[in-house]
Amino acid sequence: MNQLTLNHADAAIEFNKNEAKVDWHDETLWFVRTKRDRAVAQVPEWEQLREAASQIKNHVLSNMHDLLVQFEENAIGNGIKIHWAADAAEHNAIIHRLIQEAGATQLVKSKSMLTEECHLNDYLKEKGIEVIDSDLGERIVQMRGEPPSHIVLPAIHLTKAEVGETFHKHLGTDKGATDPQYLTEAARQHLRETFLTRKVALTGVNFAIAETGGFVVCTNEGNADMGVHLADVHIAAMGFEKVIPRAEHLGVFLRLLARSATGQPITTFSSHFHRPRSGQEMHIVIVDNGRSRQLGRPDFRNSLKCIRCAACLNTCPVYRRSGGFSYHSAIAGPIGSILAPNLDMKENADLPFASTLCGSCSNVCPVKIDIHEQLYKWRQVLMQEGYGPGSKTVAMKAMATVLESPRLYRMAGKVGRGVLRFAPVTVENRLNPWYNQREMPAPPTESFRDWYINHKKS
Amino acid sequence: MTTRDQMLASIKANQPSLLPLPEQFTFVSMFPDLTKQFIDILTFVGGTAVIVPDYAAIESHLREQYPDLTNIATTCPELANLADVRLDVADPHDLAGLNVAIIEGPLAVSENAAIWVDERQLPQRVVPMITQYLVIIIRQSTIVPNMHDAYRQLQVDATGFGTFICGPSKTADIEQSLVIGAHGARSLIVYILP
Repeated sequence: MNQLTLNHADAAIEFNKNEAKVDWHDETLWFVRTKRDRAVAQVPEWEQLREAASQIKNHVLSNMHDLLVQFEENAIGNGIKIHWAADAAEHNAIIHRLIQEAGATQLVKSKSMLTEECHLNDYLKEKGIEVIDSDLGERIVQMRGEPPSHIVLPAIHLTKAEVGETFHKHLGTDKGATDPQYLTEAARQHLRETFLTRKVALTGVNFAIAETGGFVVCTNEGNADMGVHLADVHIAAMGFEKVIPRAEHLGVFLRLLARSATGQPITTFSSHFHRPRSGQEMHIVIVDNGRSRQLGRPDFRNSLKCIRCAACLNTCPVYRRSGGFSYHSAIAGPIGSILAPNLDMKENADLPFASTLCGSCSNVCPVKIDIHEQLYKWRQVLMQEGYGPGSKTVAMKAMATVLESPRLYRMAGKVGRGVLRFAPVTVENRLNPWYNQREMPAPPTESFRDWYINHKKS
Repeated sequence: MTTRDQMLASIKANQPSLLPLPEQFTFVSMFPDLTKQFIDILTFVGGTAVIVPDYAAIESHLREQYPDLTNIATTCPELANLADVRLDVADPHDLAGLNVAIIEGPLAVSENAAIWVDERQLPQRVVPMITQYLVIIIRQSTIVPNMHDAYRQLQVDATGFGTFICGPSKTADIEQSLVIGAHGARSLIVYILP
């Protein structure tokens, strides 16, 4: 992935070179946002539901230790094996061991952003394990050697012509075929064979229920269920923040999740797993990977309330026009931009700046995370820690000096007006980022201060 | 210290002081006609609803729908005439050739057309996904207004597995074009008995 080396702004410039595609990307995601709005309008108590979800999650954050202990105890009682992983490396090693213990060399996997965060696929590939992602969008990007560009719509950056080309190469579909129905059917046949032959299946976890020791996995395609119900071993990987107190709280979250994500009233399958089927093994890997650190940051812990609906991505004017890869992180968009700096502050210092702070993300968030406020707060932390973009640091310092001194300020104004009038080429060139796609303003003949002094006299 | 103990200790040290659960987290949905709402939403998500008086009507409707199909199975004794294969196989892989599965749904939700099924309805967990075409029979009297009502009635861990099914499987992963029939069933017919 060459995009990985670019910061958000530079990657966004690359993405914007294909204007027609950017427009399509922008409009398509906005269309998903409008579907969300229509679904929300049908639920009169929507705002109360969001408040309830937010408070349940606030309680979860404050009672995390006890809920996890309760969940573990009940899950073990159900015959599920529990594993704890402090970081990505431990998560990957546990899953590799479980595959080995099953005597398998292949894994079928439904969508799990956690395994993307931990780079499980690359790790297992190195160990000689073949991984097949079974969500259609994930399978498409996997064939192309790309990560998902969106947490709910992994292949949203691709046109059907590009998908057709990929399938022609990997699945032998007709060259030039672009009909989504035909291409989906080809993937269905290919993956059906996979489901029928894999001994180990991995899923993510949408919600883990402390009270009953079970967990819920939501999909539209039925791929998670096809994988695990035909496998001898079901491994479910979850960040520890997925726990909720009781099954009745699912009423709140399942009413919010799909409506926020795609405008559907609920996902096609909302599967509740409590015990392995006879002869099957069921494992849950509970992962920290920086989450307990985030839990300890009062300004940022709310990000752990996220239920991964992607409403904040779909509504974000920056995400829609810069694409998922510009965020160079497993989770893109506004929520990814407040999660990623916790994982690696230096590597992801650009992400909290990839926002206009318009607040649309916070307004659509079904669990009321104050996303845009956290983006703003991360900027303060990053500048203080010395991870701010170099150009901004210098510019801000220069500006502070000028603004602190009335004499310097007046002089700077005079110089600026003179330059714009007599030597516009010094600012109207490609080196000035403000001049890109903008006309410079016509300079006023005098400053407000001069004008005021002159008028006061007369 | 094990990883578990380290993680739990770190969580305990970092979690904020206890906040209460909300007092209100269930809400009442008022639909003038629960069945009509259920049917409207099921149609919206690509399913088909048919109101029928009895099992005989289901049988004749299904014979019209799938006149030439074999590999049909059901858990309903009333529809045994339609079936030529069984669902209670020892190995779920034996269901790979299944064309039509006819099962019963004990609880349906009006607001989102979701139908709950668990292992009391499913001889194998994979039945509703592995079958090419899915048929679920529900009773009008078991339709509840919303998900809060559903969870009030359900005991989610009564069996080892249960799922809400809402419409046929679908994907929009190729250019956001909706395609019905991803990995699960290609169609869903819901018969509503009185």
